[in-house]
Amino acid sequence: MYETKYHKAGSLDNATSLMGSADDGKYLGGGMTLIPTMKQRLAAPSDLVDLGGIADLQGISTDGSTLTIGAGVTHAEVAGSSDVQGAIPALAALASHIGDPHVRNCGTLGGSIANNDPAADYPAAVLALGATIKTNSREITAGDFFNGMFETSLSDDEIIVSVSFPIPEKAGYAKFPNPASRYAMAGVFAASTSDGPRVAVTGAGQDGVYREDAMEAALSADWSPAAASGVDVSADDLMSDIHGTSDYRANLVKVMAGRAVEAAG
Amino acid sequence: MTTINMTVNGKAVSGEVEDRTLLVEFIREGLRLTGTHVGCDTSQCGACVVHVDGKAIKSCTMLAVQADGTNVVTIEGLANGADLHPVQAAFKENHGLQCGFCTPGMIMSAADMIERYDGKLDEATIRAELEGNICRCTGYHNIVKSIQAAADEMSKSA
Repeated sequence: MYETKYHKAGSLDNATSLMGSADDGKYLGGGMTLIPTMKQRLAAPSDLVDLGGIADLQGISTDGSTLTIGAGVTHAEVAGSSDVQGAIPALAALASHIGDPHVRNCGTLGGSIANNDPAADYPAAVLALGATIKTNSREITAGDFFNGMFETSLSDDEIIVSVSFPIPEKAGYAKFPNPASRYAMAGVFAASTSDGPRVAVTGAGQDGVYREDAMEAALSADWSPAAASGVDVSADDLMSDIHGTSDYRANLVKVMAGRAVEAAG
Repeated sequence: MTTINMTVNGKAVSGEVEDRTLLVEFIREGLRLTGTHVGCDTSQCGACVVHVDGKAIKSCTMLAVQADGTNVVTIEGLANGADLHPVQAAFKENHGLQCGFCTPGMIMSAADMIERYDGKLDEATIRAELEGNICRCTGYHNIVKSIQAAADEMSKSA
C-alpha cells in the first residue's frame, strides 16, 4: 500500500471539509473494497477520510411505508435487524449472504452502493425497490444513481447519509455465487410494489445493475416463478469472462429470477 | 507517524504507526503477538481474524489507526493462564487442526459464532459461518466437530 494520511471525521461537515483540503482524498466506509484495492496499489488516495465515527450515518427506522437505513450500517446489522426482517425480509436475507461474517461486520450499505461494483448485491435491491438515496446535499432516486460499472452520480465530495426503501408487498432475491469468489455471477431482486413488479439484475450486466423490463411485464400479467424464468433474456449486454459466457449468464438471470419470485412467495 | 492506543487482550498498549499500517502488522510486528497469522492477505482466508470491540474482523483488511481506541482480542487472549479456552480445548480434543496455520483464525471465528448463536449451532450453520475461513489440510470435518463440541460444552456450562 502506498502512503496515505488517515483522518477520522466526527461529523458530515467535518468530513467534507477534510475532503476539501485533501489533495486526492477518498472516503472510507467499512473498507472492505477500498483497503484491498489500496493494498493492490490499484488505488492510492493521498488522504482517507473515515466516515465510521459519524452518528448521522447510523440507525435503522421504519414508518410503516418506508424503511430507512443509515449509510454506515453494516451488513451484519441489516441482516440481524428485526425492523428489516419485519419490513423487507428479502433485504435482510440479501445482507446475510454478502461476503463472509467478518466482511459483514465491517462492510456498509453506503460503501457498497457508492462503489457500485457490478457484482455487488445491494444495488439490485436498491434499484428493484425504487429506493431513494439521501446524501449530505440532495436526494437521488435509484434510477438516477447507478451510472454503469463502478460509476454513480455522486460527486467526489458527496456523502451518502441514508437509503430509504419503499416497503414492497413482497420481494425476493436469489444469486448464483461464483464458486471461488462468491460474488454474484447473476443476482436478481424481484419485488411486487404498489407500482407493479420491479426486477433488477446484478452481476451479469456489462454496465452494472439494470432493470429487466420484459420480466417486469411478464410478472405484471402473472406473478409466478415460471413467468419470470420463461422470459427471453438477451445476452447482448451481458458480461463474458473466464467464469461464464454472456449466454450462460443470460440463462442464469432467468433461473435466478424464477428463484427470486419463488422466494418472494 | 500516528500514535495509537488500544486495549489488546486486556492490556493497554500504544504504538507509533504509519497510517497505512494494517492492524495485523501492528499486532504481529508492533506487539510481537505472532499468533494472528497472515495467510492470503486478501481478506479471503481468515487466518488473521481477531475480535475488535467484540466483533470478529479480518485484521489484514483494517488499518491499525482505525482500531485506535478499541478493545482487541487475539488468539493469545483466549486462554485463562494454563487453562485453554473451551474452543481451544475442543480443537485439541477433536483433532481440529493439522498444520495449524489457519487455526488461530478458525478459533477466533468459532468463539465469535458460538457467542452470536448463544451456543445453539448445528452442522449446517457452522459450515455456513466458516465461509470466510479457509483450511487446506483438514477438509473441515474435524473443525466442524470441534466447534460443535465447544458450543455444546459452553452452552451446558452457561
